[in-house]
Amino acid sequence: MARISFALVVIAAALGWIATGAHAQQASQDRHATSTLVVATFPDLDRAAKAASASWARLHPDITLKIVSLQYPDHHTAMTAALATGSGLPDVMAVDFRFIGKFAASGGLEDLAAPPYNGLALRDRFARYSFPQAMNPKGGLAAIPADIGPGTLLYRKDIIERAGVTEADLTRSWESFIEAGKKIRAKTGAYLLANAADIRDIVIRSGLADGDGIYFDANGKVLVQSPRFVKAFELGRAARQAGLDAGAPAWTNEWTTGLRQGRVATQMMGSWLTGHLKNWIAPASSGLWRSTVLPGGINASYGGSFYAIPKQAANKAAAWQFIQLMTTDLQTQVNSLRVLDSFPALLAAQNDPFFDEPIEYLGGQPARRLWREIAAKVPAIAVNKYDSMATDMIRAEFEEVLTEGKPIAKALADAKLLIEHRARR
Amino acid sequence: MRAVDPTLAAPRAPTRRRTRHQRARELAPYLFIAPFFVLFFVFGLFPLLFSIYLSLHQWDPTDGLAAMRWVGFENYWFALTDPWFHRSLWNTLWFSVVCGVPQHLVAVPLAYFIHTSFKRGRDAIVGAYFVPYITSSVAIALIFATLFSKDYGVINSVLHAVLGVDPINWLGDAHTTKPAVAFIVFWRFLGWNLVLYLSALQVIDKELYEAAALDGCGRWRQFWHIALPLLRPMMFFAVTLTIIGNLQLFDEPFILVDPESGVSLSVMTTAIFMYRLAFSDGDFGTASAVSWLLFLIIALLTWCNSRLFNRGETRDAA
Repeated sequence: MARISFALVVIAAALGWIATGAHAQQASQDRHATSTLVVATFPDLDRAAKAASASWARLHPDITLKIVSLQYPDHHTAMTAALATGSGLPDVMAVDFRFIGKFAASGGLEDLAAPPYNGLALRDRFARYSFPQAMNPKGGLAAIPADIGPGTLLYRKDIIERAGVTEADLTRSWESFIEAGKKIRAKTGAYLLANAADIRDIVIRSGLADGDGIYFDANGKVLVQSPRFVKAFELGRAARQAGLDAGAPAWTNEWTTGLRQGRVATQMMGSWLTGHLKNWIAPASSGLWRSTVLPGGINASYGGSFYAIPKQAANKAAAWQFIQLMTTDLQTQVNSLRVLDSFPALLAAQNDPFFDEPIEYLGGQPARRLWREIAAKVPAIAVNKYDSMATDMIRAEFEEVLTEGKPIAKALADAKLLIEHRARR
Repeated sequence: MRAVDPTLAAPRAPTRRRTRHQRARELAPYLFIAPFFVLFFVFGLFPLLFSIYLSLHQWDPTDGLAAMRWVGFENYWFALTDPWFHRSLWNTLWFSVVCGVPQHLVAVPLAYFIHTSFKRGRDAIVGAYFVPYITSSVAIALIFATLFSKDYGVINSVLHAVLGVDPINWLGDAHTTKPAVAFIVFWRFLGWNLVLYLSALQVIDKELYEAAALDGCGRWRQFWHIALPLLRPMMFFAVTLTIIGNLQLFDEPFILVDPESGVSLSVMTTAIFMYRLAFSDGDFGTASAVSWLLFLIIALLTWCNSRLFNRGETRDAA
């Protein structure tokens, strides 16, 4: 029995030694593999990196490109955890617009405005509003934009024609937009839009100039009681009360089914939604959709993607080269446009002949020209690390207005107090 | 002095071997239980202690570990004065009562009915009730999201066809989200409580029922005067589990109601509030403080539950 126990101890020790040895071997390989560039990204943006991998291999045959892609929320949670612990950080980190304010304000990313990057020198080559989105209040540049999302109103031409409504009726003003919606609902049964909150999200951006923030001014003062928020809430409430929205938040099953079955006549979103509609949301509706400007003459952006370098990245020089390839190389940007239906942040790519090509899904409309015009007019809005939190507060108060009949002034006052409470530090 | 006498050294060799052998034997048990303790310390104890430490600091994880700043109990004060924390507590307590109480009110008589009425096929019936408990909460949430759909859901279609009711936005209107989610939680955990009560009923001596029947007691009186009092220990156990589970409710409301939408506030439990503080607002310190406040509330309610059942037992004994 004693011999058996001793033998087990020896076996356990041997297994431990083997495991340790294997780990040491792996660590050795990792050390040796400084020529591997790890890019952490998320779908569909990962397709752009994969499409560029051949170019990368040609330019840098000695540096293997490793693309790690997680689902959108998982990716940003994983990157948050990696920045927190300093462990598991990639060399290049893709960041979505929604998280860029928070990540830019953190101390975990390389300042690409500083040497050796000097990223601000690239600023004039990009859509004018894209760089400020990735900058912190101290002037640091956390990331370089890869694609942008000029806001557009996508609408079902067949539905509005049946309702006797014109494109001009949809875009002239917010009031005419809602009146058109009433006709559409009465004559076709279709909802004007998926969610009344879509109106709110656009109208709160009205009248903004370069350097303005949506929720905060330059001194951190909360702006949610300004007239644009009041108007946004009033218009959203009017749409809900008239029964013009399906009450379906974006990206839910209700939302996709509504768009697919033609029960929703319009959708305000970034121009990139066209690709989603074509590829999986409503491929059978090809030729029925059209794109136009947002109602009320507002120019806004929806989303966008960025590439950043963590401070503790192992391979910063190669990471910067990769980011330059993805963001400043004309051919890569145009390829991304073709692969993803994304809209390039690089101005030179926006002048590619591809922009003049008709889009079959939009009934042959050369809509990229329109999106280019919109992108040129979008103001360079300043971001704040608490924008995401303020968005949550406004959404919650808006819901109280719609369902509980809470007075708008009271809702916005409560939102202001909540935002100030949370942004206390 | 250092020279070794071979006559003395020779008999020592087996002693040294024995000592090594004995040491190995002494160490072996520790080696074998080491994996559990290593895992427990790394994934159990350390996070627990670290969350206490974290709750006393301000920390945005994207700034890195070095960015932690000592704030003492400010995070606790901040949470206690936050209107959303109050709202989340109210939602959590609402779910605890509305999901929890019916689970037991239905499970106890149902278990008694199944216990006394089914000899054959009982396992199949219990299994059917238990299936929701072992099914993935994500799968359940997705299926119910489809059933509850405003324009395309079966529930609204049936309500419209039978009662002429206009479509209800079950998961998109703050008035209906709570009842919809509560129903799913009730449906999901009914089977679990049923199994608990059924197992307790099976160990009650049959002679008690037979004696009561001879004395002229019907099924209802047997249930009320025999089954129910003897189920008390299991009731305490089941209610305690329900309190703990419902106060930590996360999956169903989080998946069913889009957390990005404003209406999600109507089903925001304290666990969801904690998650949003950490992963949406990047305030891990306050999120940790909320987790400890939630722990204190759970401990307090569990203690109250224990007192309630013990007092009942003491009164019965007297």
